[in-house]
Amino acid sequence: MWDSIKEFAADFFVTGDPLIYGADVSIALVSIAIVFVLTYFKKWKWLWREWLTTVDHKKIGIMYLIASLLMLFRGGVDAILMRMQLALPDVEFLQADHYNAIFTTHGTIMILFMAMPMMFALFNMVVPLQIGARDVAFPFLNALSFWMFLFGAMLLNISFVIGGSPDAGWLSYPPLSELSGSPGRGQDFYIWGIQISGIGSLATGINFIVTILKMRAPGMKLMKMPLFSWSVLSASITILFAFPILTVTLALLFLDRYFGAHFFTLDGGGMSMLYVNLIWMWGHPEVYIVVLPAFGIFSEIVATFSRKTVFGYNSMVFAMMVISVLSFFTWVHHFYTMGSSADVNAFFAITTMAISIPTGVKIFNWLFTMYRGRIKFDLPMLWTMGFIPCFLVGGATGVMLAVAPANFQYHNSYFLVAHFHQVLIGGVVFGYLAGIYYWWPKLFGFKLDEKRGRWGFWFWNIGFYLCFFPQYFLGLDGMTRRVYTYGWDRGWAALNFASTAGAFLMGVGFIFQVWQIAYSVRKGERDKTGDIWNGRTLEWSIPSPPPVYNFARVPQVQHVDDWWREKEDRENGIVRPQPELEPIHMPKNSGIPFIMSSFWFLIGFGFTFDWIWLVIIGFLGVFGSMYARSFTYDVDYYIPVDEIKKTEQKLRGATT
Amino acid sequence: MKATHKRLRMLGIILVGVGMAVFLAGCGNPMVLDPKGQIADIQKEMIWISIILCAIIIVPVLGIWIYISVRYRDKPDNKAPYEPNWSHSTKLEVIWWGIPIIVVGVLGYFTVVATYDLIKPPKATANVEPLTIEVTSMDWKWLFQYPDQDIATVNYLNIPENTPIQFVLTSNTAMNSFWVPQLGGMMYTMPGMAMRLWLQAEGPGEYLGMGANFSGSEFAKMHFKVKSMPQNEFDAWVAKSQDEPAKLTRETYAKLAVKGTVPIQTFGQNEPTLFASIVVKNGGHHGISIRGSDPVKSNQQSSGVKSEAETKEVSGSQQPEQNQ
Amino acid sequence: MAQHIVSPEVHEHHTQEQESLKTAGFWLFLISDVILFGTLFATYVVLVGHTNGGPTGKELFEIQGFVISTFILLTSSFTSGLAVLQMHAKNLKGLIFWLVVTILLGGAFLFIEIEEFLTLIHEGANIGTSAFLSAFFVLVGTHGIHVTLGIFWCIGLIIQLRKHGITTVTKRKITNFGLYWHFLDVIWIFLLSVVYLMGVM
Repeated sequence: MWDSIKEFAADFFVTGDPLIYGADVSIALVSIAIVFVLTYFKKWKWLWREWLTTVDHKKIGIMYLIASLLMLFRGGVDAILMRMQLALPDVEFLQADHYNAIFTTHGTIMILFMAMPMMFALFNMVVPLQIGARDVAFPFLNALSFWMFLFGAMLLNISFVIGGSPDAGWLSYPPLSELSGSPGRGQDFYIWGIQISGIGSLATGINFIVTILKMRAPGMKLMKMPLFSWSVLSASITILFAFPILTVTLALLFLDRYFGAHFFTLDGGGMSMLYVNLIWMWGHPEVYIVVLPAFGIFSEIVATFSRKTVFGYNSMVFAMMVISVLSFFTWVHHFYTMGSSADVNAFFAITTMAISIPTGVKIFNWLFTMYRGRIKFDLPMLWTMGFIPCFLVGGATGVMLAVAPANFQYHNSYFLVAHFHQVLIGGVVFGYLAGIYYWWPKLFGFKLDEKRGRWGFWFWNIGFYLCFFPQYFLGLDGMTRRVYTYGWDRGWAALNFASTAGAFLMGVGFIFQVWQIAYSVRKGERDKTGDIWNGRTLEWSIPSPPPVYNFARVPQVQHVDDWWREKEDRENGIVRPQPELEPIHMPKNSGIPFIMSSFWFLIGFGFTFDWIWLVIIGFLGVFGSMYARSFTYDVDYYIPVDEIKKTEQKLRGATT
Repeated sequence: MKATHKRLRMLGIILVGVGMAVFLAGCGNPMVLDPKGQIADIQKEMIWISIILCAIIIVPVLGIWIYISVRYRDKPDNKAPYEPNWSHSTKLEVIWWGIPIIVVGVLGYFTVVATYDLIKPPKATANVEPLTIEVTSMDWKWLFQYPDQDIATVNYLNIPENTPIQFVLTSNTAMNSFWVPQLGGMMYTMPGMAMRLWLQAEGPGEYLGMGANFSGSEFAKMHFKVKSMPQNEFDAWVAKSQDEPAKLTRETYAKLAVKGTVPIQTFGQNEPTLFASIVVKNGGHHGISIRGSDPVKSNQQSSGVKSEAETKEVSGSQQPEQNQ
Repeated sequence: MAQHIVSPEVHEHHTQEQESLKTAGFWLFLISDVILFGTLFATYVVLVGHTNGGPTGKELFEIQGFVISTFILLTSSFTSGLAVLQMHAKNLKGLIFWLVVTILLGGAFLFIEIEEFLTLIHEGANIGTSAFLSAFFVLVGTHGIHVTLGIFWCIGLIIQLRKHGITTVTKRKITNFGLYWHFLDVIWIFLLSVVYLMGVM
């Protein structure tokens, strides 16, 4: 009996590393603390009613944001650990397998559980407000997407202390990721964590396409829509076409591992190259999925902080659409060196270079939006200014990588690592941070402190260049990615040390940002007008934070930058007519998304540990939840006019 | 505020200075930009062409970026023009759709030409009989077989200088990638597939080679030395190696295939059908069609992997035991 | 319910708006499902020759079996169309009748498919035999799972119809179910051509 318990525990818990015991203890302590606080302050009911069951896009956005910042922390700690291991030759800080697990979770978390939810946070926080809608098209589905993401992310994250982390790389190429190469539980956690959250992402994509196409305020023709919403549309369309491929690919890998199928295995006629093709057919569009919304964010910020209409609106829209189409025709550039024919390589080299054209055009358009404007360097604009040179260089190294014959010398080296960090940090992270700074006052009603933010900005930026520029040279000097150690004889020590120092500076930047948030919660400048940046689009026409129904009256849109024009009109004494208030139709909260997602968690956990009984419980729960939802007909309610009046008076009292 | 700015700027300048110093100390002449063979030469050229073409766009844009952000700052005494509604100019937009299209066109031209060039055997030594080496990436070591010399090595390579080397690559487990930066770019080693890669060294020298695609625990240890030497020296080494008592047989291969790292080894005798059987066992059941670079036209079958017919025979008669 | 705040007409208007969004969303879901099947088809086409020395489609597929399943599924698609016609004619009984027929035909289709799978497995051709068979079972099986889910969905809808009658909400649900069922039919036609007909040829 005792022996079997011990055997079980050895399989169930990850053992043998002080870092992991430390994590065990801190996870236990934090969980106890959370439970204690919630119980002590009698907040359980509040948590359930206000957050766990909410279908309000603003609250869902905030939850995405919190989760993604936590994941940024986890991914960042992974990065720091790796850089410590690589700081000098022959460091014995991490074991090979531990290092391999860390770079795997770093990549997986940063792309799928940091960038994606941070993007969805911005979708949710902004899009309905920007197009004059009261919520997204499917609020229930939206909540379900969030909880699927969160439980998927938790599934991957617990692998650190239970069962073992995945360690076959963030895209898990087989046959290494097959049972023959990775017999441990980690790979199953990886598959189910991504699978569950991926279904949520697909649903979010569908949700926002319908929201944007069908729920814009009257008068807002597509070509009068703010550019951020355009970017969300293009990203969502890309999600719709890309994510099913990911679902299938991971499902096939799962079938290989669990049912002994032979899609990608070494034996039985399996073909690992098929996996590489499939995963990149999703993976490359995925990169553009995360960067397109950043482009949208910059367009909004540049116009607002230059106090000027965005330059070349039509070009901007066209460029984004071209990017999202082209992104499906470049996947082979991730493996030019897999023996493709010259015809294939030449074709994909050209398409890859071609995608840089619309991207370059966007940069010109941003610059000329600033030209003859009046530029203010508040934090959102500061990050945008940091983005431009960083993304330019990152884009240029991308074009260099696209040159197929030269790519044979960069592939899988630190040159590549430096490139994609430059576009993903310089483009995506800088963009999302800019967006968070920009829309934070709208969602929370106060501004994030400038001074601490500036410290954060400079640490991030200087740290970035110090961290990643040396890596280009390391790559050219033959340092391949994913090596956990190297010898003194390579001559890579100095550059690696500099790179590690840069990583620490970025870490300091992040700490400044955490401090900035903590400080601003109590002392940040309060937003009383709802239009703290002198904005241009509809979200700035309502109070901060917005009431649950967003718009008391559905706005009637006439122009691009409609709110800006309305303000101009007001200065000229023209006041637009205000229609009568009407009761507002709103969706009801529901606990089903949370419950159903937790059943998905059980399914993933059950498959990971081969506990079929748990899988069965999970599936019964999932189908039960779906049936329960299908049979619920009481899904909406109305806010009476009196209540709207009261709320509006309270929120706008000081200003109007 | 002003003081903070100054301090920040100082900090920035110091850090950038330190960074530059480290660069200059650290990068010297990176391998890829210090090629020792014709293939790597062409690739270096392509790298410089792409750097220059990118710089044509990036440098002016960075200039414009600095100029605009200084000139149009929101300061009370700024006299620069302010046109809040100026948002369209067909002429300007045509220019900046046009410039990248032209640059990409030029770069695309060079790229396509080089892409077709590099899959062919090196031109400069077209008259020299190529040497074939069969490469298998294993957990976590490299097996190099010299079918025509009837020898095999583990974790080191010797090659004759100024001779086109035809590498035929495969893997017996996870994917890896075969890379000798100073001789030329890499190529994946894939289970169940065979890839061809041409490399060539100019003059004698010793170069670093490595596995470039993550393949599990001790992947970081999968580096090896490549020594190029004059033909007579190479022949002498081959002759000496043939006298080595260790022989590459299916049994020694099975021992070698056990996961782990090993020191360099030399086998005085090669197992000629082994390479093909590794490919076949791992899913290449249609016989071996080699992907990647072109073969030498005249003697497609003479050197290199055993032909398809022989392969089939191997797979039919003696299916090697499963690997782990 | 808080509908008393607004008139039934206004509420109906809101409901119709909501329902039209859901139909739009369902179309997008179908697009994503097309991609899903497209990926599986591509996988199948790549792996169809990877029989690993095991049986090929020609040796395994029985013409009689797949011709009958095709006939049954096409008929069920037709009956689901009849159901939708009855719905538009506001004939609840006719609607439910044709839905039941559709379910029964779907069940028969599934029965044949499962039996085919069991026969194959009995003959030693299972998912782990070769890459070709992995791809075959997963592609055809995924379609089968879709049919299964469709049947359970339809049962749920019939119960709801009995409870609520033909309303804006149930109408939308039946319409979407009809779309889904026709979609599965189209997928099956591709399966028939790519897997079975090309397999036996």
